[in-house]
Amino acid sequence: MKIAVLIKQVPDSWAEKKMGSDGLLDRAGVDAVLNDNDEYAIETALQLVEARAAGDTVTAISMGPERTTDAIRKALSMGVDGAVHICDDALAGSDALATSKVLAAAISQGEFDLVLCGMEATDSRMGVIPAMVSERLDWPQLTFASEVVIQDSTIHITRSTESGVDRMNAQLPAVVSVVEKIFEPRYPSFKGIMAAKKKEIAMKSLSDLGLTPMDAWTKVLTSTPKPPKAAGVKIVDDGSGGEKLVAFLKERKLI
Amino acid sequence: MSQIFILLEGDELSSAGAELAIFGSRAGSVTAVICSNNPEALVASAATLPVERVIVLTGIDFAKSSLRSVSSVLAELVKRDSPAALLVASSARGKEIAARVAVRTESGIVTDAIDVNAALEATQSIFGGSYTVSSRVTHGTSIVTMRSHCVEVTTTTSSPAVEYFDGAGYVDTQVTITSSEPAQKSARPSLAEASIVVSGGRGTDGKFELIEEFADLIGAAVGASRPVIDSGWYPHAYQVGQTGKTVSPQCYIACGISGAIQHKAGMQTAKTIIAINKDPEAPFFEIADFGIVGDLFTVLQSAIAALK
Repeated sequence: MKIAVLIKQVPDSWAEKKMGSDGLLDRAGVDAVLNDNDEYAIETALQLVEARAAGDTVTAISMGPERTTDAIRKALSMGVDGAVHICDDALAGSDALATSKVLAAAISQGEFDLVLCGMEATDSRMGVIPAMVSERLDWPQLTFASEVVIQDSTIHITRSTESGVDRMNAQLPAVVSVVEKIFEPRYPSFKGIMAAKKKEIAMKSLSDLGLTPMDAWTKVLTSTPKPPKAAGVKIVDDGSGGEKLVAFLKERKLI
Repeated sequence: MSQIFILLEGDELSSAGAELAIFGSRAGSVTAVICSNNPEALVASAATLPVERVIVLTGIDFAKSSLRSVSSVLAELVKRDSPAALLVASSARGKEIAARVAVRTESGIVTDAIDVNAALEATQSIFGGSYTVSSRVTHGTSIVTMRSHCVEVTTTTSSPAVEYFDGAGYVDTQVTITSSEPAQKSARPSLAEASIVVSGGRGTDGKFELIEEFADLIGAAVGASRPVIDSGWYPHAYQVGQTGKTVSPQCYIACGISGAIQHKAGMQTAKTIIAINKDPEAPFFEIADFGIVGDLFTVLQSAIAALK
């Protein structure tokens, strides 16, 4: 089975993020890491091919500037076999629609049986790329999976969202996103880190994918840092803390 | 006057759905597209909101067909009527439906908006609430997914025109749903809908009984921080934060949660924030409107006594 895992490099979620004057995230100013949620997708892919039948491969696909290589190397050091890195200056400022088009084009070049994704990137937090890629490829969408089982050419998942738990299946090829409770991602081993240095990262430009630059279909009008929240009332519990809590809720008409 | 589409799903009107009508009516004449196996209740509810037309989808078993059925038929209606905007609730499902419609209709999309004005400029609160961003869709129909609890719903009386649309030809055959368990309807409100959320963190040591009792007394939902979930103390569905749910209630009460940025990312748009923590240096106190330095169990116990 040939699996593609879509990964993204994001600003470290511990870092303070700033917006640039162009209304876009200032990515240069913060440490960049592999999106946490994508590690669950990588782990799922690696477990699905654990037995390593002939022809089993896991390929990471990522779109981003040059330094995205660091996130890709992390995926490779976890055990992913190879990667496609779509890197083109014309892609700066891409919205989800453009990104999904690029990713779908890259997937179409690879004869994959399955596309795995994290449920959302921790920077934009849109959670729409898996659905958009599924729509563009016209492959079944099986998203927010907390369980994935493949039997022959049928993939079964358990979808876990705030609306409830659904069991569903579809024929491969399919687009699957996973939630974080699916598996605990492995740490790259020393051997894995060394091996990753020798693995191939195929660099692709927009024209390699047969695409031309796309405008974003949304425009940021203003972005304003939130004024620091004025410090509220802070009391030390002297036995009346609970009463004061209830009084505060009543005063604000919350209860 | 521009046409604004809103999507209403389920057997009854949710607060998120009602808010879509309020937001939509700021920018134009609202058409509610109703996807439900029992649409009567939603049709009746639409007449209590500023809605001028409803389109009831027929020919689809919404319990058994995937969200692609809804996105396909919605895209068809958007192509037919070219509304200025389509507003959808910002749930996992709502965002995925909106995403697919955006691709199909070549329209821009903004997700997780907390406000939208008459010019269809959407406001988002991003990076854990540290930035407020205003943006606008520049191509096609403005597709915006809206977080709940962002606008007050005032009911009105309208008499929307009712139209039926046969969606049978749009039923998804790619995905088969074999079973569906809706989220447990407990007496306690859900995280997404509650106006007050009481959350427990590492400081609870896994003891949630008092948090639950206090939440029930004030009609609140219960949430938890990631360490609680990772320790197996509380089910995953209740996790608030960057890798869990994002909530935006009137009031968020954090009990024994230090206030890491990943947790704050999931709740920082709460209007009023209360923190209870025995560590006076806990970062949560920096953003709390009301902070109590003390043992959370003692404080909750006395609050419960005061309420009773």
